[in-house]
Amino acid sequence: MTGALLSARGVTKRFGGRTACNGVSFDLWPGEVLGIVGESGSGKSTLLNCLAGRLVPDAGSVLYETRSVGSVDVHNLTEARRRLLARTEWGFVNQDAREGLRMGVSAGANIGERLMAIGARNYGEIRGTASDWLQRVEIDLGRIDDPPTVYSGGMRQRLQIARNLVSSPRLVFMDEPTGGLDVSVQARLLDLLRGLVDRFHLSAVLVTHDLGVARLLTHRLMVMQGGQVVEEGLTDQVLDDPQHAYTQMLVASILPV
Amino acid sequence: MTPVLSVRALNKSFVMHAQGDLSLPVLRDVSLDVAPGECLALVGPSGAGKSTLLRSLYGNYRPQTGSIRVQHRADWIELVDAEPRVTLDVRRHTIGFVSQFLRVIPRVATVDVVAEPMLRLGATLEDARRRAEFLLSVLGIPERLWSLPPATFSGGEQQRVNIARSLIAEYPILLLDEPTASLDVANRDGVIELIRARRDAGAAIVGIFHDVTVREALATRLHTVEPAGAPA
Repeated sequence: MTGALLSARGVTKRFGGRTACNGVSFDLWPGEVLGIVGESGSGKSTLLNCLAGRLVPDAGSVLYETRSVGSVDVHNLTEARRRLLARTEWGFVNQDAREGLRMGVSAGANIGERLMAIGARNYGEIRGTASDWLQRVEIDLGRIDDPPTVYSGGMRQRLQIARNLVSSPRLVFMDEPTGGLDVSVQARLLDLLRGLVDRFHLSAVLVTHDLGVARLLTHRLMVMQGGQVVEEGLTDQVLDDPQHAYTQMLVASILPV
Repeated sequence: MTPVLSVRALNKSFVMHAQGDLSLPVLRDVSLDVAPGECLALVGPSGAGKSTLLRSLYGNYRPQTGSIRVQHRADWIELVDAEPRVTLDVRRHTIGFVSQFLRVIPRVATVDVVAEPMLRLGATLEDARRRAEFLLSVLGIPERLWSLPPATFSGGEQQRVNIARSLIAEYPILLLDEPTASLDVANRDGVIELIRARRDAGAAIVGIFHDVTVREALATRLHTVEPAGAPA
């Protein structure tokens, strides 16, 4: 074992005749935030879902170094083991918060449910922890009993983040976490994410098409085009000194503010 | 004295794919050494590649060939083609960079923007804030601004926040790209004093100083960067 938290080797996924993601390999080290950037259809979400065990790759493997039992091959686990892993060591923040939340139950229950899934039983403590997390993601405690259906988009996204982080994951997958939000709401969410990642020394894989988001949140970048990784490196290297024609085009396409 | 930063035969071109793969050579066979307590001033005409060299030393630009070795804690580390986590660790502990522009983090108070590098090295919040406040006051940033995010500050204020942030961690190697570019004389002298103190305490410094007063106050040696010219 190399000491990496997550290792992808030759991850390939085809849909019919189309290769969505082709031979992707990398190591993610503890405390690193890796950004995957590229345009729509470049294969970045497919790759993320393969990494997180939500899609089974046609070739390649994904190894994860667990807290307790050493390295496991994510796609060789039984469904039950994989779900346990996802619940106890990982988080997954969806672009659409409705997919990551239970819309019918209260905000407090959305957070508390995660705690109960890892064994918490004391109601007072669960509610206390849920309250702490609502404050951490800047949601007014007066809204703890409201269901996310009556929350704004930005609040839902912050609630989804709290639900994911309450169980102290080591690795968080994020798929366009700020997509579809107003710019001012985005800035607040980014800032919050940045603080949480720092404070809890999270490792993360973040998919985004927004290079500004990548600049602010990630340490490293992989640039994908047509299912291939065409360039990778430190985030500021890739954005300030892009080497590949596609990356140069992406960076040159950023609108100045 | 033994150098802590050693550059050999560094070459860097920019290849512009949108312009028919046009190649612009910028650095050709650059070699230099910097020892603790030295301040090497890069001189040369505009466009000669001084900033490119400085950014390459920080691992921000990627040279094609050559070597940049730094003394990083007990080891010598090669920065050309280093893995991201290696470069990040070198930046956390060993090399500080003062650019002309502050990359503003939205909503974070100035004092915390400055304190952050020291916190990352394991200092307590209290110690880091106290040191940040000291630097901000030496640099003439009024106390009423410390709790505000620097986004709305003037160019000169932002630059001084940037300097405070880059000096707080007391890096053994400092890279300075026009650290006094938009400052008035009084503030400029404060910056000179702080940087001179770091140099005299043993920091190895490489800088670009267009202002002759600043260069004369700080530089112990000059290094001329020649334009690389047309491709060979």
